[in-house]
Amino acid sequence: MTNSTRNRIKDKAFQVFGIFCMLIGLVFLAALLINILSEGLARIDWDFLTSLPSRRASRSGILTAWAGTLWILVLTSLIAFPLGISAGVYLEEYTKKTKMASFLEINIANLAGVPSIIYGLLGLEIFVRQMGMGSSLLAGAMTLSLLVLPIVIVTTRESLKAVPQTVRQGSFALGATKWQTTWLQVLPAAFGGILTGVIMSLSRAVGEAAPLVVVGALAYVPFVPSSPNDEFTVLPIQIFNWTSRPQAEFLVNAAAAIIMLLLITFLLNGIAVYLRNKQQKKIKW
Amino acid sequence: MKLSEKIIEGLLWLAATITILVTIGIIWVLLSGSIPFFQKVSIIEFITGTEWTPLFAKKEFGILPLVAGTFLTTAIAIAVALPLGLTIAIYLNEYAPARLKSTIKPVLEVLATIPTVVYGFFALTVVTPFLQGFIPNLAGFNALSAGIVMGIMIIPMISSLSEDAISAVPKSLREAAYGMGSTRLQTAFKVMVPAASSGIIVSVILAISRAVGETMLVAIAAGQQPRFTLNPLVPIETITTYIVQVSLGDVPHGSLEYRTIFAAGLVLFVFTFALNNLSFWIKKKYQEKYD
Amino acid sequence: MSKKQIKLEARDINAYYGDFHALKGINVAMEEKTVTAFIGPSGCGKSTFLRIFNRMNDYIDGFKTEGEILLDGENIYAKNVLVDELRKRVGMVFQKPNPFPKSIYENVVYGLKIQGMSNKAALAEAAEKALHQAALWNEVKDNLNKSALALSGGQQQRLCIARALAISPSVLLMDEPASALDPISTAKIEELIHQLKEQYTIVIVTHNMQQAGRVSDTTAFFYMGELVEHAKTKTIFTNPKDKRTEDYITGRFG
Repeated sequence: MTNSTRNRIKDKAFQVFGIFCMLIGLVFLAALLINILSEGLARIDWDFLTSLPSRRASRSGILTAWAGTLWILVLTSLIAFPLGISAGVYLEEYTKKTKMASFLEINIANLAGVPSIIYGLLGLEIFVRQMGMGSSLLAGAMTLSLLVLPIVIVTTRESLKAVPQTVRQGSFALGATKWQTTWLQVLPAAFGGILTGVIMSLSRAVGEAAPLVVVGALAYVPFVPSSPNDEFTVLPIQIFNWTSRPQAEFLVNAAAAIIMLLLITFLLNGIAVYLRNKQQKKIKW
Repeated sequence: MKLSEKIIEGLLWLAATITILVTIGIIWVLLSGSIPFFQKVSIIEFITGTEWTPLFAKKEFGILPLVAGTFLTTAIAIAVALPLGLTIAIYLNEYAPARLKSTIKPVLEVLATIPTVVYGFFALTVVTPFLQGFIPNLAGFNALSAGIVMGIMIIPMISSLSEDAISAVPKSLREAAYGMGSTRLQTAFKVMVPAASSGIIVSVILAISRAVGETMLVAIAAGQQPRFTLNPLVPIETITTYIVQVSLGDVPHGSLEYRTIFAAGLVLFVFTFALNNLSFWIKKKYQEKYD
Repeated sequence: MSKKQIKLEARDINAYYGDFHALKGINVAMEEKTVTAFIGPSGCGKSTFLRIFNRMNDYIDGFKTEGEILLDGENIYAKNVLVDELRKRVGMVFQKPNPFPKSIYENVVYGLKIQGMSNKAALAEAAEKALHQAALWNEVKDNLNKSALALSGGQQQRLCIARALAISPSVLLMDEPASALDPISTAKIEELIHQLKEQYTIVIVTHNMQQAGRVSDTTAFFYMGELVEHAKTKTIFTNPKDKRTEDYITGRFG
């Protein structure tokens, strides 16, 4: 066998190995989805969605969990979006290349890498204890807001960066101020990208359990929260709780709750991807 | 400048500086929680002790078992994710037709969007029983199954960041390699991967940092038994799981036991902070090289 | 030259990008309702100089200006000058058409809206007038709500001119306004410049000497950050005083 034949065989072999590696990922994903669907799908019915949790698996529902998740989503959006978008606008449109700006940048990159459970400790000490919010929805939402803040800031900056400089110049040349230019031209032009980013950040927040466990979200909440000061649980924590129980019926409940959680996650990501593709098609500078 | 413009700029500045307050807050919370702890427990004992039993009657405060648990799950995860992720990155870059690439990438990204409790559930209820078919003495909670699942979870991190790094290598280099009669494999491993090595290293470091901080997956599937071991078949406990365990229990606020979660959190923070900054440093150095 | 009033005047203008001395001691005066062309090889500073007149260089990191620019006798670099007010008097058209990613109508009325005008009828009237002035009205009057990005390059550039005219400036700065356009669109823009000089003082940067010859009353030749010569266009093209001007005009470099 010549050297070059051997090389060609190695080349082919790697190609097969590459496909094999991809298949591992895909088969794993398929196995996970099929397993969860086959375990949990039959458990989902109207009662499951509208019942309070119970000690008996067959009577238990996820009403409080998805209500809590919905609350958390809304509150986190209200806190994290204005804050993150403002910070992104400041960093991209207002700062010059100073030492302070690069310090802020490194700091945000660092925050993005802090494990979520550390944000839980922050929320526990600052929001729950020092500010006296207790283990409330508000404390949980503020904790998650800080967690997703770096994502919102970074995607906002990237979307703003994609708006051509000529749009800003055109606006300045007509006598617009910095803020008029930002608010009336740059932000609308970057809107699609920013929206994609904030929805992605929500999809991250919706799946988080660790920081909320630390903040004191409960596994068992016998009522649907009616104000931001109420105690709460969320879907991931409900799933965690059911998964930790020895009885097999609770695992079925967990699988059913996972289907609902994945539905929300995939829906949010689907919207984000759809918006991104639409945006890319629409605007050609 | 007009007053309204100044006020708006001030508000935007405030939003940006909140990020600094968050960092200060994290450091303050971790330090103020652990300093009283270290007044009671010597730092030497903390970082060299091999027993961690703060919740038992006979209390020992050696963090090493938790560090070992974290190291073990992380090492297994990287051992899975690095070869798979890197191979996929190379395959997509050098071999895959454009259409396959544009379908496969978003599907793999789905792996990164699934909440980690879901992976925990899958590891505990499917992967562990499956592995027990081959390894009869595998415990119900173990680092092996949690590590493998975590590895698959972080494949997209390594594959997409490495792929970006490889595609950032100037086209002319690849063409030069092909021009000299290299096969795709030779081009990939002798030219592209070395040229993209710093980007690939960054992706691996970030993946390690992610694995170190991962919580729910290991809390569900790896167990809650601090054990100073590198045996992947038995239940262990990671730093993150310990914090969850204490949070779920009834440890009184302000007690020594309560403070252990801040000391453990501090260790976790130091690890991930060091890893993240190492990756920034490499990235910066690499950018300067190409400019 | 003639007895028209001086509209714009530069006195001892020096400008720097960091350490680079981009404009060296420039003095020039431009009369009201005339067209002045800035010509010169790439990198000679003509565009930088143009952008001095509406302070567009203010946004560039490390850019520094010394000297005075007098608009109707007032220094626009004085401390109390509001840049946005200045730009309402000095309009600008850019090298590449840069319409906002909005409707044609929104593009034209943007400058008025940010000044606080909200009366719909008045806005519509102003938009129509500006589009007429820019010779675009007949082409777009039925599609005012269409996206400006759907127009052709030449139409986009005339839209940008309309946008600048809508806020009634007295000076119009044009930075190679036809360089990205086809010959027919270029001819339309040049014709437009002829009409606009009835009302506006126009300064145009151009790379194209024939264009300078066709549209301008006076021409200024820049070379390596210096203003070499400024005179009636005819004089510059037929009887330049400086050797460098002559070399450039006759195509020996540039």
